Amino acid sequence: MIIAVVLGVGALLSLFVAARTVDPLMEVHAWTFLTAFILGAFALASHISSPPRGEPDAYELGVVKAGVFASVFWGIAGFTAGLVIASQLAFPDLFYFENAPWSNFGRLRPLHTSAVIFAFGGNVLIATSFYVVQRTSRARLAGGLAPWFVFWGYNLFIVIAATGYLMGVTQSREYAEPEWYADLWLTLVWVTYLLVFLGTIWRRKEPHIYVANWFYLSFIVTVAMLHIVNNLAVPVSLTGSKSYSLFAGVQDALTQWWYGHNAVGFFLTTGFLGIMYYFIPKRAERPIYSYRLSIVHFWSLIFIYIWAGPHHLHYTALPEWAQTLGMTFSIMLWMPSWGGMINGLMTLSGAWDKLRTDPVLRMMVVSVAFYGMSTFEGPLMAIRSVNALSHYTDWTIGHVHSGALGWVGYISFGALYCLVPWLWKRKTLYSNTLVEWHFWISTIGIVLYITSMWVSGIMQGLMWRAYNEFGFLQFSFVETVEAMHPYYIIRATGGALFLTGALIMAYNLWRTARGDIRSGEQNLTPAPSTPSAQPIAAQ
Amino acid sequence: MLEKHKFLERHGLILTIAILVTVSIGGMVEIAPLFYLESTIEEVDGMRPYSPLELAGRDVYVREGCYLCHSQQIRPLRDEVERYGHYSLAAESMYDHPFQWGSKRTGPDLARVGGKYSDEWHRQHLADPRALVPESVMPPYAFLQSRALDYYQAAARLKANRAVGVPYTDEMIENAESDLRAQVDPLSDQYEAFLARYPNAQVRNFDGDAHQLSEMDALIAYMQILGAMVDFETYNAEENYR
Repeated sequence: MIIAVVLGVGALLSLFVAARTVDPLMEVHAWTFLTAFILGAFALASHISSPPRGEPDAYELGVVKAGVFASVFWGIAGFTAGLVIASQLAFPDLFYFENAPWSNFGRLRPLHTSAVIFAFGGNVLIATSFYVVQRTSRARLAGGLAPWFVFWGYNLFIVIAATGYLMGVTQSREYAEPEWYADLWLTLVWVTYLLVFLGTIWRRKEPHIYVANWFYLSFIVTVAMLHIVNNLAVPVSLTGSKSYSLFAGVQDALTQWWYGHNAVGFFLTTGFLGIMYYFIPKRAERPIYSYRLSIVHFWSLIFIYIWAGPHHLHYTALPEWAQTLGMTFSIMLWMPSWGGMINGLMTLSGAWDKLRTDPVLRMMVVSVAFYGMSTFEGPLMAIRSVNALSHYTDWTIGHVHSGALGWVGYISFGALYCLVPWLWKRKTLYSNTLVEWHFWISTIGIVLYITSMWVSGIMQGLMWRAYNEFGFLQFSFVETVEAMHPYYIIRATGGALFLTGALIMAYNLWRTARGDIRSGEQNLTPAPSTPSAQPIAAQ
Repeated sequence: MLEKHKFLERHGLILTIAILVTVSIGGMVEIAPLFYLESTIEEVDGMRPYSPLELAGRDVYVREGCYLCHSQQIRPLRDEVERYGHYSLAAESMYDHPFQWGSKRTGPDLARVGGKYSDEWHRQHLADPRALVPESVMPPYAFLQSRALDYYQAAARLKANRAVGVPYTDEMIENAESDLRAQVDPLSDQYEAFLARYPNAQVRNFDGDAHQLSEMDALIAYMQILGAMVDFETYNAEENYR
């Protein structure tokens, strides 16, 4: 009922804007919204008129399946966009069309970052959180059709954001580029998401809220707070796409990096820790290593993370006291981060042999190792004197990708490899050998990526500050650009390998869902049976 | 301690509130004081709101994602000050909604690019970067030259900026559209009035094409004012150490 009202009001609003606007970009988006709302209304009508299917108390798995599908789709789209822009830096005339501004690096880069973080990562988080919260609460998702509204609403936001970037609709706030109307829509979707998640927890038949759900909950709540504050802006016109942010200069910079760093902290860390806390124990069939450690590192992680933003602004016009606070908390952050890593890795106690036989579990464990590595590198780079060298260089890009490809990518792939057989009720994956191929090809890709970025980043930082024997700067800026050419080629190669791995995964998952098993498949360890609803942590 | 935690594990709403409180503290301590501590932004001479043309150029800069490869923030390090000029002051971005400090230097910093190169250099470089700098990896922006600047919203854009705190006067907003054209025409009768509203603004045809007010005009006008507003002859750095 509420969904119908939302769709109706939304359709009227977008029709109004489409009719009134003089901004061609806004017009495209108004029509996009209108189409989506009409399609939504049709879907709703056909759902209401069709007879109810299945038992009303059964788990809602349809929306999880849709989420798995969307994750794989957006993942491949996002990795492809990354490969394109990496190649553009290596070969700048590649993929450039004279009168097509959308093909420029400046427009495609947000497309890449948003596609991997929000489209791929976001769909993985929504799908896994909907699965985990049902299983660990032994309750069906709350809100009737609301989970479907969350799924489609979120993906509509992705489409609006992505088409906006290509047309040049951007707030220029890194990882928060979508304009004010997309932000308002996302706020509505996100609050619904929180209510569905909390509602399911309230329905639970288990006395305790399982640890994975604390992490999912902190991700949902904190992202809501960050999103709302960082996107405060005044639109030029209610029928136009452009807005100006509420804050200026130094205050705006810190607000943005408070958001930006915690998009990493709460979207890419606590959300995916939620995945780790469910899927690793499940796959290893071992309980979580330490209940006490999960409490201590959960609260310290979420408390400390929020402070770390200013390390993105070392030596800038931000007052030094704020920089120092940011640096101090970033170094402290090392401990709770490694608390999570230890809890994840040690969960394998007594099951280490499975690393040899189960490539899916190996992928997730390597993911946690990458998490440990990048959460060590992060505090290091947050030290002001190290940051003087690393900031503005590719070292930062390499650091982000060791976290993004290694940690977020691998834990997501692991979860997808687990979920597909469970959701489609298959005994095993189509092929474990293909998982091995995926694992090794993409691991080589990640290693090429991060090592080339270490070399090019540190080299460029050193070249910028090099002096000759007469006391003059030794290199012009463009000489440092030229020096990076070989590393940009290596980086693009690494990205191509990572994409290849993901394509292998997509094929493997597709065949698994169809129920095929590859002939001559060796090493057929059956995937652990469909999980029971019992929380695994020792209480 | 662990026993007490079980209370949180059994109450979803209280757990949610506890999380919200925990994650609010850092931001409140770090960000809120920046709005009332007077030492956050230095006292300088010369800062003024962007002229309508410069603002339009800034919007083009934002739209094309220039900030993804060019920072606008010179750090107080010896090599940066020698390469780019005086380190950036907080005051220099006090009218920037949003800030454009950037986070990556695939290309050089642009905080003080104003006045460093001629308009003609910018025009050729933007149209085809590798014609002037063969090793450059920058994408070409030739299309800016042929695209007419869309200035129907000039006044509305100034108004929105005033709503978020930029001191545009009623007079500035009234004249926004004519000021756009006045800045590319040194012979216009608005010349004096325009310069009175925007002291030290540069008035000339930026893209070398007098027939059309293009996005290229706007972008070059913006780049030529970058870092050129504050008068460093009168600026006392020591007074502003924080």
